[in-house]
Amino acid sequence: MVPQEHPLEQLLRSDRMPHIWCPGCGLGTDLGCYLRALSGMDLDKVAFVSGIGCSGRAAGYVAVDSFHVTHGRGIPFAIGLKVANPELTVTVWGGDGDIFAIGGNHFIHAARRNIELNVICINNAIYGMTGGQVAPSTPLRAKTTTTPYGNYEHPFNFSYMAAASGATYVARWTTAHTKELTKSMREALEWKGFSFIEVISMCPTTFGRRNGFADGLEMLKDMKARSEVKNFPDLEDTDIGEKIVVGKFVEKEKRSYLEEVKQWR
Amino acid sequence: MSMKSWQNQRGFLFLKEERCKGCGFCIDLCPKKVLRQSEVMNAKGYHPPELYDVEGCIMCDICTEICPDFAIYRYRSKERGKNA
Repeated sequence: MVPQEHPLEQLLRSDRMPHIWCPGCGLGTDLGCYLRALSGMDLDKVAFVSGIGCSGRAAGYVAVDSFHVTHGRGIPFAIGLKVANPELTVTVWGGDGDIFAIGGNHFIHAARRNIELNVICINNAIYGMTGGQVAPSTPLRAKTTTTPYGNYEHPFNFSYMAAASGATYVARWTTAHTKELTKSMREALEWKGFSFIEVISMCPTTFGRRNGFADGLEMLKDMKARSEVKNFPDLEDTDIGEKIVVGKFVEKEKRSYLEEVKQWR
Repeated sequence: MSMKSWQNQRGFLFLKEERCKGCGFCIDLCPKKVLRQSEVMNAKGYHPPELYDVEGCIMCDICTEICPDFAIYRYRSKERGKNA
């Protein structure tokens, strides 16, 4: 008996397909990795939260309990879910603008509390949906609609920030590393504590075409060529520049928020 | 939804043509280079890939993993390293 359906069809809302993401966008691949990591888990105990932006659309495509919330407020919403029902595995899916620009403070405090959330940030270095404005992750001297002569702001290093705020699991991969990303997402889903995965992705429509890339494929190949796998590196050296350091950055033991709450209740 | 399939002794390769957006990831990342852009056009005006060397496909799953549109996927009729 040959199954005619896509292996992830059970986890997708097929009636919503094809999705809205542009040709060459990395979000579809990243979502595929997440769904592959999810397979085999109890889907009634999984909640998926996403904010606003291209990445926010993901909540409409996964066939688990999914929530599409206001801009940047994915993490506070997810904290509420997790505290009210500690049995849930809660994933927050967002872009760099959603999690780190408007929701930056929520992120650092969730990491500080070490609450059992799984935060996945798709870093495409731009505000894609609104038309390509400069984001906190846009590389220095990159051209965007609001910085036509080149960006003069230094970008954030999200993984370093997560580790500094107290996240107990931090990893960074690119869209090109599908197998590693899937494995990392699975580890993060099972992690007891705050886990953060930064996925370096591509936006050919608003970032690539203004910065000398013909299409998504060219960006994907460039990303793959620039990445260098290094597990547990010195986080000072992980800034995204000519080289993209990828790998597992932090994995440490620390009592989680819910364990602490239980102790005093 | 129109679906295409190819079969060789290793398994099946399926393609949901209407989902394809022609990004070319599968064509470029295929380790055996057995995919190419087809002449046909889907409803959105993109050219989906086609498997032109059916026997050359090793059913490795790389196109399935990289496809952002969940359009191309394979079914392996026997597991790797095991005889049928």
